[in-house]
Amino acid sequence: MATARTIHIESRTERLSAVREFVSGAARSFGFSDEEVGKIALAVDEACTNIIKHAYKFDPNKDIAVTVKAGNGSFEVRISDKGVMFDPEAIRPPDMREYLSHYRRGGLGIHLMRSLMDVVEYNNAPGKNNEVRLVKYLHR
Amino acid sequence: MSDFKIAQREKDAVSVLELKGYLDAHTASKLEEALKTLLSNGRYHIVVNCRELSYISSAGLGVFMEFIEDVRKHDGDIKLTNMSPKVYNVFDLLGFPLLYEIFKDEQEAIVRFFDRKKMPPSTTL
Repeated sequence: MATARTIHIESRTERLSAVREFVSGAARSFGFSDEEVGKIALAVDEACTNIIKHAYKFDPNKDIAVTVKAGNGSFEVRISDKGVMFDPEAIRPPDMREYLSHYRRGGLGIHLMRSLMDVVEYNNAPGKNNEVRLVKYLHR
Repeated sequence: MSDFKIAQREKDAVSVLELKGYLDAHTASKLEEALKTLLSNGRYHIVVNCRELSYISSAGLGVFMEFIEDVRKHDGDIKLTNMSPKVYNVFDLLGFPLLYEIFKDEQEAIVRFFDRKKMPPSTTL
């Protein structure tokens, strides 16, 4: 039976390390290798960074909730906020050669999340919290 | 709080930045400042030694993107060295080895600045 654990952080970049530690501890306990733990922590860092920058536009006193639930070979992280709604359909996987050749900065976080996790899903609806759901499967 | 430090030294007309710790959206501004200072002092031959860099997110990679065009316009470069497999993997996932020279060893990168025949970039990690 999977049990869920949640951490709440203020929308400040200095809190990213606390989120990484929280998620890393849970992922390691679930049985992921150090490499996989690192990937999950990075994906969650990217999700929280996007919320701080884009949903809350650097307002430092807003709330981000990070909930982990692990069971049946699946490690799930739900990250929710009450900021500006994000449209994931607007972000297409970039052609990295094209991207890099123009020396663009930013916008790489979602691409990284999709590369690092098995599932990246946005559940956004007007009047509700924004939520991104990240899943990594444990392959024994 | 994330711990991130930068040490700077000069070696054979090349500026070497040694990164240590965690480079994320909180600490990226320190690297931004260090590179900004180098450029304002006319230092365009830059090696970034990542031997003690434990972690990098896209915010850290974005800093390299911010400065590379300006550096190359001045006939310089930012070369990266001594990455752990974990850090290299993040660069690789985003295709950065297409744009940046990444070396196993700092000295290889320094020598490369004075060996024009070997351009353009290729990854040797």
